[in-house]
Amino acid sequence: MVLKKGNSGSTATAAILALLIVILTLWTVYIFVTKPIWSWFPPAINEIGHEIDRQFMRTLVITGVIFVLAQLGLAWVVFRYRSRGQRATYSHGNNVMEVFWTLATLIMFVGLGIYAQRTWAAVRLQPAPPDAMRIEIIGQQFKWSFRLPGPDGKFGKYKFEAHPEQEFTRDPWVVDADDPDGKDDLVLGPGSVFAVVVNQPVELLIRSKDVTHSFFVRELRLKQDAVPGMTIPLQFTATVPGEYQVVCAELCGLGHHLMGTFMKVLSQADYDAWLKDMTAE
Amino acid sequence: MTTHAGAVHAHEAPKGFIRKYIFSLDHKVIGKQYICLALFSAFVGMFLSVLMRLRLADPTIKLPFFPEGILPEQYLALVTMHGTIMVFMVLTTAPQSGFGNYFLPIQIGAADMAFPVLNMLSFWTTFLSMVVLMAAFFVTGGAPLGGWTAYTPLSALGEITGPGQGLGMTLWVIAIAIFCGASLMGAINFIATTLDLRARGLSLMRMPLTVWSWFITAGISLLAFGVLLAAGILLLLDRTAATSFFIPGNLVLTDKVIPHKGGSPILWQHLFWFFGHPEVYIAILPGMGVTSHVLSTFSRKPVFGYRAMVFALSSIAFLGFIVWGHHMFVSGMSPYVGLAFSVLTMTIGVPSAIKTFNWLGTLWGGEIRFTTPMLFALGFVSLFVSGGLSGLFLAQTSIDQYLHDTYFVVAHFHLIMGVAAIFGMFTATYFWFPKMFGRMMSESLGKLHFWLSFVGVYAIFMPMHFIGLAGHPRRYADGSGAAFLASMDPVHMFMSVAAFITIAAQFIFLFNLVWSIWKGKKADINPWQATTLEWSIPSPPPHDNFAGHEPTVYRGPYEFSVPGVADDFILQTTPPDKVVKC
Repeated sequence: MVLKKGNSGSTATAAILALLIVILTLWTVYIFVTKPIWSWFPPAINEIGHEIDRQFMRTLVITGVIFVLAQLGLAWVVFRYRSRGQRATYSHGNNVMEVFWTLATLIMFVGLGIYAQRTWAAVRLQPAPPDAMRIEIIGQQFKWSFRLPGPDGKFGKYKFEAHPEQEFTRDPWVVDADDPDGKDDLVLGPGSVFAVVVNQPVELLIRSKDVTHSFFVRELRLKQDAVPGMTIPLQFTATVPGEYQVVCAELCGLGHHLMGTFMKVLSQADYDAWLKDMTAE
Repeated sequence: MTTHAGAVHAHEAPKGFIRKYIFSLDHKVIGKQYICLALFSAFVGMFLSVLMRLRLADPTIKLPFFPEGILPEQYLALVTMHGTIMVFMVLTTAPQSGFGNYFLPIQIGAADMAFPVLNMLSFWTTFLSMVVLMAAFFVTGGAPLGGWTAYTPLSALGEITGPGQGLGMTLWVIAIAIFCGASLMGAINFIATTLDLRARGLSLMRMPLTVWSWFITAGISLLAFGVLLAAGILLLLDRTAATSFFIPGNLVLTDKVIPHKGGSPILWQHLFWFFGHPEVYIAILPGMGVTSHVLSTFSRKPVFGYRAMVFALSSIAFLGFIVWGHHMFVSGMSPYVGLAFSVLTMTIGVPSAIKTFNWLGTLWGGEIRFTTPMLFALGFVSLFVSGGLSGLFLAQTSIDQYLHDTYFVVAHFHLIMGVAAIFGMFTATYFWFPKMFGRMMSESLGKLHFWLSFVGVYAIFMPMHFIGLAGHPRRYADGSGAAFLASMDPVHMFMSVAAFITIAAQFIFLFNLVWSIWKGKKADINPWQATTLEWSIPSPPPHDNFAGHEPTVYRGPYEFSVPGVADDFILQTTPPDKVVKC
């Protein structure tokens, strides 16, 4: 078999391919535009969440323009230069163009990357404000449990923290009876929901008893793995009252998809009432 | 410049069936063995994905062998084995070990690989790895459920963490460790062959971009698989010898205190992703090489910016080793480290963009011939753009906090590392089949396969981005755990149907492949009018490739449409005085 110049069918194939690329590109753009991200993303309930949405939009615009230009460029080149018996241009490239698009993408991509760090720094590099509510959240297969420090604002040590020299054969995750800080700790056992006060800074202390889990609330735009052996802080200030789904985002075993709970964002009065209920139980 | 070592390594053509087809030393037979293994594995992996998509479309579906439906733990075992088989046995073996084995020696004018026995050993070690991996399906508890990333301590604690985490998980670790050994052997062989066995006149900058991509991929393999091997051995020790590399103290599972202490679960993630991120490039670089090669051949133009392409491949390989932390932004790793990894990751978009621009530059002003390999190469470019751009979201620490471990990630890596790489393999298969078997594949079936696959993969993976944006976590057996997931059921249904159609289309490919081996039209030496060395020898090539003499190379690999020359291509081996002027 020898390919002849201007081989038959190349116009039809070129047209179909170019058309397909155009349709797939427009279809993707159509979904993004008519089903804009705010209809996919649930509304954010914290300032950081809004900033992450804005950074998402910036990235979407930049990548969207590149996506459309590259795909339509490909479709156009494919159709324009289909074989019709012409002889191809002989060229090994163009160094000026190489330098241009290297620098252009470098500035654009790295600039975007550096810009995104502001939000990251605000959540991850700043310590939580001293008046933040501190809540310990513990993952285990396949439930979340919580602990509040009580009026003294201090968490008591668990047995394994109070007596690190001991080898435990029974549950080491019990607050040590000798630690005065632990007397007023409120433990909400596996399967509980938890609550925070609206507009008040919160610092979660995320831990795990068994395997790695991940705390994820969509409306906060935040996710943090719960890693056994570590206590990982995560801070936020929720500004919209409501009840928000918590899910597990790190594969933790056969019940991974069922490991959910709720985060209530309450006014101070509602929170006080909720806390009273919890203490009474 | 190398001496002509090629002839020294030639060995006698074997006589018996076993030495010829089973324990062959011939790089071409070994290449085909790898391709067969990958093809078999690809269909196994696809079958697993059919089961997964069935469950996602209808969580209560009853199937043969699953009388109670697919249980959540079985779904997770499918996820784990689909990922493992596809990443290791398909994406790592076919593009590099398969096509690389067959065509690297020929494209550099050598009679065989530098170490033929090592080559045979690396294939059979890979085969053994696949056997051990498949055995995990058949042991008590079944296959592991911890995902192909095998995060500790879920993967380290044994049966107590779930069915499949006992013997099945142990077999998984052993299979991966064996695979690492096989890949290291292969990598050494590829590097030595490329450096030592090039024909007279074939300087590094005259090598086809396919050879460059295999050579660089071998370098990545050599540095990456050693680390995974070490990690695998440590994990095996944690599981079997009561060590605690990855297991911290005071873990409690089903009210039992785990007798380990002092280890770090995050250590596993560092070791795994130090391998795991370069692995992405191990899968995609050969696809980039063959795409450049085929785009140039069928647009009848030299590769636009050959040097820039080589530098881009090299910088992707280098940067690939210093970005692994972007898999771990929310892992509990220091947030300062995340910051550094994020900016480094954004820079890897630069060489990727350079490659895309150069592909478009290659097509520009060409005389494009729409053969099936060309269609798949063009499809590769389109998918590479689509899959690559979503990486710019995930590389940003702040956005990743939302998108991490959602379906957005699944869509991203399937497009770029899965489907684009597989389009690279299809490109290679349709392009080199005439050389390998001396017959042409059917163009009409090939084109049908392309149209269905190209539309199909977009239909599967584009909507997947949107459920990721809506916060749907990955590796969920169903949406029953959270109310917001229920609204995404129709999207799951759409993706499942698209997947079934696309997978059905792959049988067209399988049929075309098998049918063409015996019934395809006879191919001559150079059916595509291409320029590199494999097109200067018979189809299929004889046992020692160049019939005992070493070819001489006179020019670069992509001399198409040279002004003043009668033909629109000049083989690398045509002496200057034999080039017909017009």
